Amino acid sequence: MSDNPIAVEQHGPELLHHFADAEQQRDAATLGMWLFLATEIMFFGGMFCAYLIYRFWYYDEFAAGSRSLDITLGTINTAILICSSLTVALGVRAAQMGKRKLLVVLLLLTIVFGFAFLGIKGVEWYAKYKEHHIPGNSFNVDDLVRDYPQLHIDPRHEQIYFSLYFAMTGLHALHMIIGVGLFVFLTYYAWKGRYTPKYYTPVEMGGLYWHFVDIVWIYLFPLLYLIDQHRLG
Amino acid sequence: MSEHIMSNKFYYAIWIALLCLTGITVAASFIDLGPFNAVVALVIATVKALLVVLFFMHVKYTSEKLTKIVIVSAIFWLFLLLALSMADYATRLWT
Repeated sequence: MSDNPIAVEQHGPELLHHFADAEQQRDAATLGMWLFLATEIMFFGGMFCAYLIYRFWYYDEFAAGSRSLDITLGTINTAILICSSLTVALGVRAAQMGKRKLLVVLLLLTIVFGFAFLGIKGVEWYAKYKEHHIPGNSFNVDDLVRDYPQLHIDPRHEQIYFSLYFAMTGLHALHMIIGVGLFVFLTYYAWKGRYTPKYYTPVEMGGLYWHFVDIVWIYLFPLLYLIDQHRLG
Repeated sequence: MSEHIMSNKFYYAIWIALLCLTGITVAASFIDLGPFNAVVALVIATVKALLVVLFFMHVKYTSEKLTKIVIVSAIFWLFLLLALSMADYATRLWT
């Protein structure tokens, strides 16, 4: 079909005329999305690298900071994101099968999960605010020095842990906010019936973005919350 | 990419596997494994990430090799960034 110039006139409005067929168009979009995600990996990678180096240098401060986080809330948030990834995957499937109402419901559920995650994150950040663990003038870690006498805590280095904590969870939360925005847009057009089994690329690309943000959290959660519970007391 | 519509059951199975792995990684963090706490947590995280990439993001079923090259390259760049940085910082105290 792609070699026939007349075929160009036969496609529906969802196929842009510079693509041979719908499959090529979808492949191009997927490739472009993954290239974008590759830049995102490097974007977050810089922070993971900073985390790795400073954790290596200031292990005690990182252990104390990590132990001051709420593992229960972190676990709940991880589960929420995994559930949201399921609703996204099922949503893409609903789009593939042309189930419009199911797609809208699943997209809305994803948005609800997104807000739930951000809400719990907000609760955790507020706890840090009350504990004076936010880097800045009122930063104070006397409570950690008291709670973990076996760890050698230099407040300046503790500030680096919390700077990284807020930068990494903050950047991740920013991605969640952008993701929720994208999904509001997708829900609106899904409701309007724009996505069909022939053309659901935006749903699929939004899904790739959402899954990527989930994967970032899959790594952030053990690194920030879990791995430093034991060593040196 | 050939359209590969997987069954609902399949997605639920991946979802349950991800939740179980989350439970395991949290449980493992309460056991003192010495330096292996970090190793176990990162291995589990990588298994979870693989499940998401291969099945939720449909990479296992894509016929487009360019996409796979981009993904492998991206992970390799990240590996270079982390490995070469640590090759410097982790060896500075060596004499």
